[in-house]
Amino acid sequence: MSTRLHRGGRLIDRAKPLSFTFNGRRMKGYQGDTLASALLGADQMLLGRSFKYHRPRGLVASGAEEPNALVGLGEGARFEPNQRTTTTELFDGATMASQNHWPSLEFDVGAINNSFGRFLPGGFYYKTFMFPRFAWKHLFEPVIRRSAGLGKVPKDRDADRYEYAYAFADLVVVGGGIAGIAAALEAGKAGKRVLLIEQTAHWGGRAPVDGVEIDGKPADEWVNKTVEILGKMENVTLRLRTMASGLYDHGYLLAYERIADHAPGDGRPRHRLWRIRAGHVVTATGAIERPLSFAGNDIPGVMLAGAVRDYVVNWAVSPGDRTVIVTNNDDAYRTALALVEAGLIVPAVIDARAHVKGALPEAARARGIRVLEGRGIAKVKGGKRVTGVSICAQAGEGAELEFIDCDAVAMSGGWSPVVHLWSHCGGKLVWDEARAMFRPDAARPPTGEDGKAMVTAVGSANGALTADEVLADVAAQIGGKAARTDAAAESALEPVWVMPQGAGPALRMKMWLDPQNDVKVSDVQLAAREGYHSVEHTKRYTTLGMATDQGKLSNINGLAILSDSLSQAIPQTGTTTFRPPYTPISMGAIAGEARGEIFQPLRKSPMDEWHAANGAYFEPVGLWRRPYCYQRPGEGVHEAVNREIGNARSKVGMLDASTLGKLVVKGPDAGKFLDMLYTGVMSTLPVGKCRYGLMCTENGFLSDDGVVVRLSEDTWLCHTTSGGADRIHGWMEDWLQCEWWDWKVYTANLTEEYAQIAVAGPNARKVLEKLGGMDVSAAGLPAMEWREGVLGGCRARIYRISFSGELSYEIAVPASEGLALWKALSAAGEEFGVMPYGTEAMHIMRAEKGFIMIGDETDGTVIPQDLNLNWAISKKKADYLGKRAQERSHMASPERWKLVGLETLDGSVLPDGVYAVAEGVNANGQRNVQGRVTSTYFSPTLGKGIAMGLVRHGPERMGEVLDFPGDGGKVHKARIVDQVFYDKEGAKQNV
Amino acid sequence: MSNAVSALQGKTYAGFATVTEAGLQGMITLRGDLSSAKVKKAVKAAAGVDVPAQRRIVLKDGKGAGWMSPDELLILVPYAEARAAVDALSAALAGEHALVADVSDARAMFRVKGARADQVLMKLCPVDLPSLAEGELRRTRAAQVAAALWKSDRDEFTIVSFRSVASYVFGALETSARPGSEIS
Repeated sequence: MSTRLHRGGRLIDRAKPLSFTFNGRRMKGYQGDTLASALLGADQMLLGRSFKYHRPRGLVASGAEEPNALVGLGEGARFEPNQRTTTTELFDGATMASQNHWPSLEFDVGAINNSFGRFLPGGFYYKTFMFPRFAWKHLFEPVIRRSAGLGKVPKDRDADRYEYAYAFADLVVVGGGIAGIAAALEAGKAGKRVLLIEQTAHWGGRAPVDGVEIDGKPADEWVNKTVEILGKMENVTLRLRTMASGLYDHGYLLAYERIADHAPGDGRPRHRLWRIRAGHVVTATGAIERPLSFAGNDIPGVMLAGAVRDYVVNWAVSPGDRTVIVTNNDDAYRTALALVEAGLIVPAVIDARAHVKGALPEAARARGIRVLEGRGIAKVKGGKRVTGVSICAQAGEGAELEFIDCDAVAMSGGWSPVVHLWSHCGGKLVWDEARAMFRPDAARPPTGEDGKAMVTAVGSANGALTADEVLADVAAQIGGKAARTDAAAESALEPVWVMPQGAGPALRMKMWLDPQNDVKVSDVQLAAREGYHSVEHTKRYTTLGMATDQGKLSNINGLAILSDSLSQAIPQTGTTTFRPPYTPISMGAIAGEARGEIFQPLRKSPMDEWHAANGAYFEPVGLWRRPYCYQRPGEGVHEAVNREIGNARSKVGMLDASTLGKLVVKGPDAGKFLDMLYTGVMSTLPVGKCRYGLMCTENGFLSDDGVVVRLSEDTWLCHTTSGGADRIHGWMEDWLQCEWWDWKVYTANLTEEYAQIAVAGPNARKVLEKLGGMDVSAAGLPAMEWREGVLGGCRARIYRISFSGELSYEIAVPASEGLALWKALSAAGEEFGVMPYGTEAMHIMRAEKGFIMIGDETDGTVIPQDLNLNWAISKKKADYLGKRAQERSHMASPERWKLVGLETLDGSVLPDGVYAVAEGVNANGQRNVQGRVTSTYFSPTLGKGIAMGLVRHGPERMGEVLDFPGDGGKVHKARIVDQVFYDKEGAKQNV
Repeated sequence: MSNAVSALQGKTYAGFATVTEAGLQGMITLRGDLSSAKVKKAVKAAAGVDVPAQRRIVLKDGKGAGWMSPDELLILVPYAEARAAVDALSAALAGEHALVADVSDARAMFRVKGARADQVLMKLCPVDLPSLAEGELRRTRAAQVAAALWKSDRDEFTIVSFRSVASYVFGALETSARPGSEIS
């Protein structure tokens, strides 16, 4: 039984009991517990099931390296799967549910996989892909899909909020153990701007648990005193519960602050993602203990020796009354001593080394603890819980020498420095033979933009193991004088990768390397036999070190087994790549503040409020929202569009055209510049006039269009499409800054400076005249000209341009006056039947007139000549962007598809984007095609479907009928007609 | 001009810092050779200050000028005076290769005020705010949109964005200023 001890527990506050539930059962813990320590204290050893064999799983570790103890935490809008109980603090009312079992944790049907384990060896998934072919789709995939995945997907919208924060520091120290604290102190004293972050809720790391004294005081006292000093330094910032998740180029460090995981719903953001620019990073990230590979090492109750010590010392939780220690090093003896100190029984320390001396083993012996030298565990007995261990000679094959009853096993295979951050950005590792560990190679660090080291690894993260070594390492690398400690010297460990060393297949099949993904020693050996020599390939083939823990426990053991199988040295095998994040971070933290109204910037015109209040049905146009139409009560979208068109054609309509791009181009070379940008000539445009223009890319493809206005001798205003404003402005600056840098031209993007309103329809002039202030008569403001003045009290520039085919004025006023003008026009127009119209009415009216639309008639492969726009292309100009490309043989080919109008024989509307088929099939056996639909609408003006499309030799084939196969085998028949369906002679707009 | 309204018409939110849309502000873009004597003289006349140095903003008596790029200044004047200032600048720079444009209505301006005002901006702008000097104009982004900011008073920052995204910027500032999310 695991239980709460009556005394001790440096992190818990027994005056503050907290209650929580696990699988619906009520349990008690204390303030300061982690979920894991609370569960263990409540004798909940069985916490979940493994991924593949559904074997019972209990706690192994006490920190970020924990592979097993993942739960579904919370309920409803605060439910989150795969929460690591060892790194989440207990809070009152926490609800946890175990994962990966059915129907219950205690009795699990999936565990049948366990009995058939030999049919699911390493690489099982891959083998199912390969043979037999049909089996993957029909047999394996459905089964694997159902059983794959750990935890349940949250179903509700997340109730919490998240945010980012940006920080800058000369030095970021990662890890708040004694190494990190000492490093921060030195850097702080040197006047550097220091940020010290620690992933847990407590400073000090392992030193207080290990019971060392620093400067003659218990480590706890030294830690508290030093943190207090740091807290008073103005240049030092301290942050607990903040985990450095990844390090990137240029000292860009991501850190994950768990602000309110321990206090859900208290109004604070749950997580904050820090995006830090660090001048330099010190990793004081400590080390992670390695398991030992012996048969049954995955049975609940088998834990890391350091973790057992943590539970006893930090949280006063005993994993069992009788704990057997199994080790290959001196450090595990600290656990033996801590257990005995807490009044618990250690039946034996099983040490794989033949001769064990050293201060710590001697101290254990002095306390009466039995030390078995040169021994190993042959097998752990137990199902859902350890019941005993069978002892053997480490040098042998596993014959039982002795059986010891126990309810927990504390194992230690040595320590591996946490080298993740060091490695994220290219730092290399060196294999330390004596300590059997990969540690940072100071000669090959991750480098910054100056080619110098960007990271310094200190303390245990650099391979120093005792407190003495740790502080000496900090002093040597960061500066200052190392504080004295009383840490006992440790004798050398002996690498042990398999226990016992001669274990046969039956035992190796029960030696777990990766308890989360169920990868065993035998699986890695099989992979090696099957030809997997690369550690990266072996990882993927066996799933070793995948998923949420990314092999924090299994990595080194696995590659040691692989190396052994391949008869090569460990450094020759190397490690898998360390990639961010160090431990999983929440999706919410990645999204930050971007949700709801501020998920994405929504651009609003100055009249947006009016539209919203007057039935606007919005559509997105780039990041803008624009009224697609204005619905009246009880009216459908389609009816609204038809009504708006009918009204504009017969009376007068208003369109919010504020989103149109408006780029001003000025300078002595502005005319020359625009002549290069547009296919037509803009330099000759008289002041006061407007001209339609086309812009192409260097490859000749039509890119944007719009009306160009000559404002003064050296100033033009270029209208672009709504979606093209920023792109074309960038295009202009690109040419000016990179190619024609000596041309005297300035540009400015004035898109947002002006609200623009199109007033279109037979009554348009009457509305403007009623508003008064400017001469808008046919003579006073002829078509394709503009005038400035004050219209209805607003500072206005009026362009006489028409995209609808009606008598039309586009009025630009300062954006701040847009709403006032819109309202004034609505009021003045009332007696003339004015109605607003939206983008769909605009689209249909332009199609009725045969005007092209960028993005409908163009798709990046269409040149102006395809659209019969030769009239807008100057033949006199020596050059313009795209001219040379348009003269290439394929661009000038008469075989190119050209724009025509299309009308179905039955008046129906052609589906959008459908192709016209031709005789025969192509090389791929597909039906040949000869054209496609680019725009298609129901025209309320004409009472039938109208369309435009690109057709081979189209303009020469007027009257021909083409077949357009649509969905469901239906073939639409449409006749080629002139693309201008309405008022071809332009009588309506020229009044 | 009496019809003119700012994007959010002075909307305000009191969180752990106060966020306010600052109303109409005259702003003029001037592009030209910032070292030219004519430009210097015209700027002094229009804004009452000298051409600011790189990344600086100089404000005096409700007017001022900010450095936007090697060939661009932002001139600040009261909204009602913007049109006249544009005309005056244009006249003063006649014959000089320069561009003067009224952008008063293309922008929205916000103030964030309070002892923790910097913590609101820390969440949205990748700017080293503790190192932001007095009189420094920083062009940056606020979450997903372009922005410029400067320290306009003790415990006060001014932020300028495009007008169309005013409600987005206000929403981001409001969210960042919500009580409980103080950084320290």
